Amino acid sequence: MKTKTERKYLKLSGLEPMIVSADTNFINVGERTNVAGSRKFLRLVKEEKFDEALDIARHQVEGGAQVIDINMDDGLIDGKEAMVRFLNLIMAEPDIARVPIMIDSSKWDIIEAGLQVVQGKCVVNSISLKEGETEFMAHAKKIKRYGAAVIIMAFDEVGQADNYERRIEISKRSYDILVNKLNFPPEDIIFDLNIFPVATGMDEHRKNAIDFIEATRWVRSNLPHCSVSGGVSNVSFSFRGNNTVREAMHSVFLYHAIKAGMNMGIVNPAMLEVYDDIPKDLLEHVEDVILDRRDDATERLLDFAETVKGSKKEQVVDLSWREEPLQDRVTRALVKGIDQYIVEDIEEARQSVAKPIEVIEGHLMSGMNVVGDLFGSGKMFLPQVVKSARVMKKAVAYLLPFIEEEKRKNPQSSNGTDSAGKVLMATVKGDVHDIGKNIVSVVLGCNNYEIVDLGVMVPPEKIIQTAMDEQVDIIGLSGLITPSLDEMVHLAKEMERKNFNIPLLIGGATTSKAHTAVKIDPQYQNAVVHVNDASRAVTVVGDLLNKRSNQKYVGDLKEDYEKFREGFLKRTKKKEYLSIADARKNKYAIDWSSSQIIKPSTLGIHVIDSFDLRKLEAYIDWTPFFRSWDLHGKYPAILTDEIVGEQAKSLFEDAKDLLKRVFNEKLLGAKAIYGLFEANTVNDDDIEISSNDEVFYFRTLRQQLKKHAGKPNFALADFVAPKQSGIQDYMGCFCVTTGFGTKELAEAFEKDHDDYNSIMIKALADRLAEAFAEYLHEQVRKENWGYASKEHLTNEELIKESYKGIRPAPGYPACPDHLEKLTIWDVLKVNENIGVELTEGLAMWPAASVSGYYFANQEARYFGLGKIKEDQVRDFAERKNVDLEYAKKWLSPNLIE
Amino acid sequence: MKNIQKILEERILVLDGAMGTMLQRHKFTEEDFRGERFKDWPIPVQGNNDLLSITQPEAIKEVHRLYFEAGADIIETNTFSGTTIAMADYQMEDLVYELNYQSAKIAKEVAEEFTKNEPDKPRFVAGSIGPTNRTASMSPDVNDPGYRAVTFDELRIAYKQQVEALVDGGSDILLVETIFDTLNAKAALFAIEEVKDERNIDVPIMISGTITDASGRTLSGQTAEAFLISVSHIPMLSVGFNCALGASQLTPHLEVLAKNANFGISAHPNAGLPNAFGEYDETPEQMASQIKEYMDKSLVNIIGGCCGTTPEHIRAIADLAKKYKPRVKLEAV
Repeated sequence: MKTKTERKYLKLSGLEPMIVSADTNFINVGERTNVAGSRKFLRLVKEEKFDEALDIARHQVEGGAQVIDINMDDGLIDGKEAMVRFLNLIMAEPDIARVPIMIDSSKWDIIEAGLQVVQGKCVVNSISLKEGETEFMAHAKKIKRYGAAVIIMAFDEVGQADNYERRIEISKRSYDILVNKLNFPPEDIIFDLNIFPVATGMDEHRKNAIDFIEATRWVRSNLPHCSVSGGVSNVSFSFRGNNTVREAMHSVFLYHAIKAGMNMGIVNPAMLEVYDDIPKDLLEHVEDVILDRRDDATERLLDFAETVKGSKKEQVVDLSWREEPLQDRVTRALVKGIDQYIVEDIEEARQSVAKPIEVIEGHLMSGMNVVGDLFGSGKMFLPQVVKSARVMKKAVAYLLPFIEEEKRKNPQSSNGTDSAGKVLMATVKGDVHDIGKNIVSVVLGCNNYEIVDLGVMVPPEKIIQTAMDEQVDIIGLSGLITPSLDEMVHLAKEMERKNFNIPLLIGGATTSKAHTAVKIDPQYQNAVVHVNDASRAVTVVGDLLNKRSNQKYVGDLKEDYEKFREGFLKRTKKKEYLSIADARKNKYAIDWSSSQIIKPSTLGIHVIDSFDLRKLEAYIDWTPFFRSWDLHGKYPAILTDEIVGEQAKSLFEDAKDLLKRVFNEKLLGAKAIYGLFEANTVNDDDIEISSNDEVFYFRTLRQQLKKHAGKPNFALADFVAPKQSGIQDYMGCFCVTTGFGTKELAEAFEKDHDDYNSIMIKALADRLAEAFAEYLHEQVRKENWGYASKEHLTNEELIKESYKGIRPAPGYPACPDHLEKLTIWDVLKVNENIGVELTEGLAMWPAASVSGYYFANQEARYFGLGKIKEDQVRDFAERKNVDLEYAKKWLSPNLIE
Repeated sequence: MKNIQKILEERILVLDGAMGTMLQRHKFTEEDFRGERFKDWPIPVQGNNDLLSITQPEAIKEVHRLYFEAGADIIETNTFSGTTIAMADYQMEDLVYELNYQSAKIAKEVAEEFTKNEPDKPRFVAGSIGPTNRTASMSPDVNDPGYRAVTFDELRIAYKQQVEALVDGGSDILLVETIFDTLNAKAALFAIEEVKDERNIDVPIMISGTITDASGRTLSGQTAEAFLISVSHIPMLSVGFNCALGASQLTPHLEVLAKNANFGISAHPNAGLPNAFGEYDETPEQMASQIKEYMDKSLVNIIGGCCGTTPEHIRAIADLAKKYKPRVKLEAV
């Protein structure tokens, strides 16, 4: 299929395409970034105020320039250096760089330097036959090779074309050389046919405009595919100082030249009147001059000009956003990367808050979050984000002295260091990609973090060593290639091995939250956060290092990742599960011939009917208590925590008071029952116990997830010697409660509208029950079973489960089936003996109760069952002699879908 | 041998798939990468896949063979990082000529084996020219947006060296690929034009950009059409996109090219997007079913695979390509 269109169009590009087709309106070339045309621009370049110079470029694009002309030809400027510098800066400004660039110079070396730094298709302005064909051709050939379009000045060895014939002669000759000799694409040729002033008072200038217009008509009809351009303001040169007339002249000139085929030009949009808005009388006088319609046209216009002088309009940049509320302005400045007003806005923000740091945490962070969202959804792209970071940096820089001052005045309220924290950044071993990492570094740097950047291909030992030497607060790892993922896992393991306690950031193209959650996070105790864009990094790092709230944040993160991991593992098809038979083959094998088994000193069932709760105070794990009040942090550190410390302290005091009452007035009743029995595993997963000549079976569940070689599929039964080994083993089970009286007390408090103490008593009862379980377990280990009589553990060590043996509880990860509570109740006659009941839903009542098993083997360990397959459920139902549906109902949370 | 431009008008040509993915299967160790010759090299070279053309040439040839057997018409030389700029990471700048020459030579040997056995289906070697690891129009230092880690001339000179070696080694085509910064590509094209000019030869050129993310732009910020316009000044065998995205995600961008380019259109997408573990798990059938859309819409002239694709993917794609006619080039736009 051949397309019918023979027309070839000039196509240019910045970050976006610009196509000059037959349907395209006149292409407006911005001219303010020209040192010859703008004194302000010249001054800014001379003073190297490139930020402001960029604003000029931006204003032009915002004002509608579709191409921007850049010219650095001035005797006092190193034109080549200025051109390269300015173009490089423009390339980092996406809202400017989206349009094509016109590289404007009379010096070839400046033009070539410019062509070497612009990725889009530019226009060279200009070359001509002035220095002869050889040079003309050499330059044109290079321009073609650089992939640019070119403006050809109507200029030859003889001089500049100043009439109709010469314009045609030179353009025809140039065109033929380019198209026929050099195979230059004709659509990439733009003629500048020289716009000269009219109304100068000299007769030879009278036809300047009309000759241009007519020559344009000829070129567009005789030289296929090319364009015609020109600098419009020249035409009105003799009316400098009278903008009303000049604006009208520009409009009139363009109106006719465009009709003749001029399709682009350098025009200052501020100096342009709408043709239809030109007053009739002025229009007539101006057209007389432009079109050379009367001999006295010039004088008539001069006379008329006197009457319209001084009605100069102000050019208005759209600044209406400046009227918007403060946060909107800050956000806009960040999103658009406008730093012009940021200082004044930040000052306003500073005055509106108590501490200057709040401007960063509030106004600026809100703005950066918008940037992050836009970036994440593909509505902003990298260079814009980088620009946003710069505005951020400027804002932060402005705030810094105030923050310093605040620190001096209030040394308590800050950590006293200058930087917000020290961040180690590295691209992992084997990977050389660092663009993203660098951006994150800079963005963090902008936010007052001290960056230790180790660069690329950094071996894990170096990361670890540097992190220790520099005492960094956070480590950021980056990688783009697949093997980097394993490196990150490896590094997390190393950090864990070296007892690191700082967060780990993961980023880079191949990384993902899923990989982070599934593969990296479990390797490391502290937070592992996947951060894949720079603008998010600031918020995340801020939260991680915020001393007031980071414990909660890290806790939430760990939880989030765990949930994500579980969800992912649930979904993922890659997970393989073993049949229950195969899982059993891979059971945890204790060497029973050498395993130490100690017979409990007192076998049988024991009841503790009345118990002095005072003994439990030392066993209380307070951290979950605070968590139940939404205060996150570890006890006792939480009491001195900067933000929740005070609240925690007062809560703690209230708790202690109530606890004292509980102790003194014996408000709560504590009871316990436990049994220690002869036990052996039978049929792989069942534990057979005998109590008073009665035989009971605990049915344990076995992990079925396919493990890596060498990793067993655990079941609790693995921790008890199998019957066929001939070795007599033991296990225990228990139930403790401290809940009697809780309900009544709570109700009494509620009656007094004292919800605070109502919740308090429940929370305390729960803690006491856990403490009782801890206490009883210790007693059992040390005395009643007596296998750990020499154990001396502090409460912290107990909380950390540093003891030998385990006490898993039905409903918890190792044995998530609540059904086995029924067996415990059966074995111990819990209800009859101590009055703790099981509800229909198999919850214990009173609620402040704990039940579970005791396993004493030194290899016994806690594990999570994970997902199991239906074959195990079927088998479990058969073993237990219950309905399959019943078993399924209770085990459904663990059943693979 | 028949002119490739001619063949391109007759049928859809098939490009090979990933080299890296195939090499990963060998699990080459640092020692394997070094071979005897580089056993004392001062820094680690594992991961320098280009080096394998010298130290493990049989493995490279085997990959080429597998792709030809799968139905590829064109294979890419193992030279994605074969510039002094990219090789600086391994301090192997001085080996650039040899790496490219050898890579082209062994690829050509395999191509000739196949062409000899099946003269009706001539096989071609495309000299692969990667983007290097620096960007000419973006600053790596965000505090100094005007800074550039590499200049056009540095790139041009580095590319020229690579191009000369690729041509000397017997490349039939030059493939400038995975372009994330168009200015880098323009330097490569400039270098190619210089070599063509100096040697008075013509070499077909394929150009392939990379759309990196959801914004639908190259890393350096250009839209697909702006990218096309920026490289259209050089006569090309084809222009297209590869890498970063899977076949489906690439479709809208290929449509932009197909609508506007008066060159052949190429695509060598990844085998889908990498999963959470950086693996590409799109099957040959899944990938082919998406590529079928290209064919149904008549978007492509050359089709192949990038990251994660294997001979099985290429076989599925080649089988599909046989059933379709190539896109007809626009004569004038």
